[in-house]
Amino acid sequence: MHVTLTINDTKHSLDLDPRTTLLDAIRSHAGLTGTKKGCDHGQCGACTVMVNGRRINSCLSLAVMHDGDAVTTIEGLGTPEALSPLQAAFLETDGFQCGYCTPGQICSATAMLEEIRAGWPSHVSETLDGPALPTEAEIAERMSGNLCRCSAYPNIVAAIRLAAAEREDAA
Amino acid sequence: MTREMTHDGPDADHRLDGMAQGVLGRGEPRPEGALKVTGRAVYTGDQQAPGMVHGALVRATITRGRVTTLNSATVLEMPGVLAVIDDPRLVRFSGQGATTKPPKADAAGVVYHGQPIALVVAETLEQARHAALRLTVDYAEEPGAVTGPEDPAAEVELPQKKQSETGAPDAALEAADTVIDRIYRTASMSSAPMEPHASLAEWQGGKLVLHSTLQMLASAQGQVAAALGIEPEDIRILAPHVGGGFGSKLGISPETVAAAIAAQQMRRPVSVVCTRPQSMETTSRRSETLQRIQMGADDEGRLTMIGHEALVSNLPGQKFSEPVQQATHFTYEAAHRRVVHRVARVHRLVAASVRAPGEAVGATAFECAMDELADKLGLCPVALRLRNIPKVEPGTGRPFSSHKLAEALTEGARRFGWEHRHASPRARREGEWWIGMGMSSLVRVNTVMEAKARVSLSLDGTALVETDMTDIGTGSYAILSQIAAEMLGLPMGSVETVLGDTDLPASSGSGGSFGAASTGSAVYLACLELRSRLAEAMGCPEPELTLKDGHAIHDNRKVPLSTLMGGAAMQAEGHLIPGEAEDKARQATWGAAFAEVGVNAITGEIRVRRMLGTFAIGRVLNAQTARSQALGGMIWGIGMALTEELVHDARDGHIVNRDLAEYHVPVNADVPALEVHFLEERDDWAPMQAKGIGELGICGAGAAIVNAVHNACGVRVRSLPMTVDKVLAGLVEAEADQG
Ligand code: FES
Ligand code: FES
Repeated sequence: MHVTLTINDTKHSLDLDPRTTLLDAIRSHAGLTGTKKGCDHGQCGACTVMVNGRRINSCLSLAVMHDGDAVTTIEGLGTPEALSPLQAAFLETDGFQCGYCTPGQICSATAMLEEIRAGWPSHVSETLDGPALPTEAEIAERMSGNLCRCSAYPNIVAAIRLAAAEREDAA
Repeated sequence: MTREMTHDGPDADHRLDGMAQGVLGRGEPRPEGALKVTGRAVYTGDQQAPGMVHGALVRATITRGRVTTLNSATVLEMPGVLAVIDDPRLVRFSGQGATTKPPKADAAGVVYHGQPIALVVAETLEQARHAALRLTVDYAEEPGAVTGPEDPAAEVELPQKKQSETGAPDAALEAADTVIDRIYRTASMSSAPMEPHASLAEWQGGKLVLHSTLQMLASAQGQVAAALGIEPEDIRILAPHVGGGFGSKLGISPETVAAAIAAQQMRRPVSVVCTRPQSMETTSRRSETLQRIQMGADDEGRLTMIGHEALVSNLPGQKFSEPVQQATHFTYEAAHRRVVHRVARVHRLVAASVRAPGEAVGATAFECAMDELADKLGLCPVALRLRNIPKVEPGTGRPFSSHKLAEALTEGARRFGWEHRHASPRARREGEWWIGMGMSSLVRVNTVMEAKARVSLSLDGTALVETDMTDIGTGSYAILSQIAAEMLGLPMGSVETVLGDTDLPASSGSGGSFGAASTGSAVYLACLELRSRLAEAMGCPEPELTLKDGHAIHDNRKVPLSTLMGGAAMQAEGHLIPGEAEDKARQATWGAAFAEVGVNAITGEIRVRRMLGTFAIGRVLNAQTARSQALGGMIWGIGMALTEELVHDARDGHIVNRDLAEYHVPVNADVPALEVHFLEERDDWAPMQAKGIGELGICGAGAAIVNAVHNACGVRVRSLPMTVDKVLAGLVEAEADQG
C-alpha cells in the first residue's frame, strides 16, 4: 500500500506491506533508526514518537493509519551539534546508561511537557482543572510508560525538571 | 610494545593519584552521549546491509521431546519466504559468560517449552514473522518432564565443591541463646534489557561478520566458532553500542547462530531480531531460589553459627548454578558454619548469570534473616551487623584486601537519619499508611579478568584507545578515555575511545563488575608504557615525568608532546593478567542500603518513599557513571523486592509472563528519591585501586525494603517479590493478633 508520511519535515512516499507498523516504517523504510523497538507491543515506550504533536507508541499503530500525518522522531528534535534542551539536559544529568530507551524517553518528555503546559491532569494531579506543574511526582507518573531497565529514572526526572525550569526562565 | 602486568599482590604506589590532568574520577559526561540522546548511536537491530533478509525464530510448544517434522512446505509457499532452517548446529538457549564453550546445539531436541527449534527466513520482517507463526511442527513428546524445582520427582544434585562445613554447626545451634531458622524464596527472574537480543550476519569471502548484542566479544567469538565449526580468526564481531545486558548477553544466544547459518545458506546478510517474548524466553534467566537460613547468636548478638542452605535449578547437564552463598562465607563471623547447595534439574529455560549472580539473591535473603535476628535480640539492626564483622576471612584466614562494611553502615545510618527509626513495628502511621525504615549490608565479591588494550598517541596531540571492550551502559567509553587522558596529560576532548570490535585487542568484556577495573588497567598499562618512552625522550625517570595539557614537564622544562615524540606517532599495548592476588586476599566491595517505605494499611500497597546507599568500591573512576550504576543496582533491588517474577506454568514450565506488560520491571513512578554516597577508598589489592560498581547495589538492597516493610506494618514476607496479596494476608493476620 502507498503511504505518505512527513517525518521531521521531510516527505516520505513509501510502498508498504499493510502489516508494517509505523515504527517499522520509520526504522526500516524511512531509514531513521533512532526510534527503538523494545517490545513491539506498546509495553515499553522505546518507540515513542510524536504524531501531529502528540506522543504515541509507534509500534502500536500501523503505518497505513498515518497517511498524511506529520511525525517527529528523535532525529528531528536535535543533532549532536545542536541538541534540543531536553537532549542537552539528559546529557548533563546522565539521564541514561545504555541509551536504548533514551530516544523514546526524550520524545515522550518533549510531548509530556506540552501536556503539562496545556494543563492536562494526571493520576497524581491535585485537581482536574489545573494548573499542572512539572513536579517530580507529576513527571514520574507521566513518564511511567517509558521503561528504562538501566533504571536511570532519578536522572531522567532530573533532566526533565532541568529542561522545564530552563524553559520557564526563558519564558 | 606490550606492557604486561600479572596481578599478584598489592600495589601501594597509587600512581594515578600522582597524575596531573585531573580528569579521572570526575563526573565527565559520556563521550558517546550526544549520539545516544539524538538517536545517532547505531545498535545491532539498527544495522542494515544491502540485500539483507530477515529471520524469525520458531518456538517449541512442548517441554521435552524431539521435533519429528517441520511442515515447511506450506510456509515456503507464502510470499517472500525463502527458507526454513533446521540445521543441527542451531543452539537451544544462550551460552554462559567468560567461556568459549558454546551453548548446547541440536535445537530439534527440545528440553524446555519455548525453545527455538528453527528459523524462517523471508524477504521482509513481516513475511518472516507471519510464516514463523504459521509453521506447524510435529513432535515425539517425552511425557513427564519435571519443571518445578520443589517437585518431589525432581532430580537433585549436590555439587561437591559447593558444600562446606566448619566446626559443629548443629551443636552450636543447639547451644545458642537465640536462634533463627527460616525459609526464604526468591523468584525466577529475567535480565530483560531494553534492547532485545539481535544479530546481523554476513559472510564476506569465507569470513563471518557478525553484528550482535553481546557483552563479551572475545569469548563470544570462540563460542560462535565452536558452534559453527569454523576458526575464531574467521569471525569478526561488532558491538559498538549495546542496549543493556545484565548477564543475558554474556554468551551468544540462539539467534546469533541462526543468523550466521542462514546467511551462509542464503548467501545474503540475515538479520534476526528477537521479539520481546523470544528475548525473555530463549536466552537465559536467573534461577529461583529456596533458602534456609539458620543463625545462632549469644546474648550479646554475636553469631556463633551460620547455616545457609539453598535449592536452585537448572536444565539437566548444565554446570552453572546460581552461587547463592558466594558471600555467606565471608560477610559475618561465626565459628560454626554450614553451606549446603542443591541444584534441581528442571525443564525450564536455562539458568545463567543475571546482574550479581549469587549475592543478588543470597545476600538479600541473608540480610532479611539478620533483621529477624536483630528483632529477636531486641538489637538495632545496624549494631548487630557491626558486632559481627570478621577481621580476617572466616574459614581461610586470608586477609581482606580492604574492609569498609563498618564505615558503610555507620555513614549510611548517619546520612539516612536512622536514629529516627522506631524500634518496634506499627509505630508510625500517616493516614492510611504505615511508615517504616529498614536497612541491609551490601556485599559483592570482586575480581579482575584478563584484558588487553591499545593506546596510540598522534603528533597532533590526540590519543586513541582501542579494545574489543563493550559499553552496555556502564560508561566504558567515558572511563577508558578518562584513564588515558589522566595518564597522558590530555584533555578529555583529545582522547577517542573505539570499542566493540573483535579486530581490536581482546578485553575483559562487560560482566561481573570486572569491566572497568580489568580493561581500564590494560589502558593504564599501555599508557604507562607510552609514559616510559616519553620520559626517556625527556631524559628523566618515568615517575618524575609530569604530563599535562599536551605537555611534558620536568625540572622546570616544559615541552610539547609532539616535540618529544621525535616526529613519529607512538603506540603501545597493555595487558592485564590475573595472578595470585585473588588467592592471597579476599577482595570484595562493600556498602549499606537504607530504605523508608509506606505500606497501605487497607490495600497492602507498598511505596518506597526514599532510599540511600553507601558504597565502597575503591577508586571511583567517573563519579557520574558510577552513581548511575549504583542507582541502577538499588532500583533492581526494588524490582526484586516488590515486582519481578518470571512465572513458570506449573504444567509445562513455560514462562507465562514473557513480556514487559506482565513481567514487572520498576517504572519511573516506583522509584523515589535515591541518594548515593561513595566512601573514599583505595584498595591496594585492586589494580588502579579500583573495583566494580555495576552489581553491588542489588546485593542486599531488596532486603532493606523487606525489612522496612516489617518495621512499618509488622508483616514479614519471606517470599519475593512481596506482592500485595502476600502483604495483605500478613496484615489481616497482624490485625487478628492485635485482637
Ligand atoms: S516498542 Fe513500542 S512500546 Fe515497546
Ligand atoms: S538507558 Fe538503558 S534502558 Fe534506559
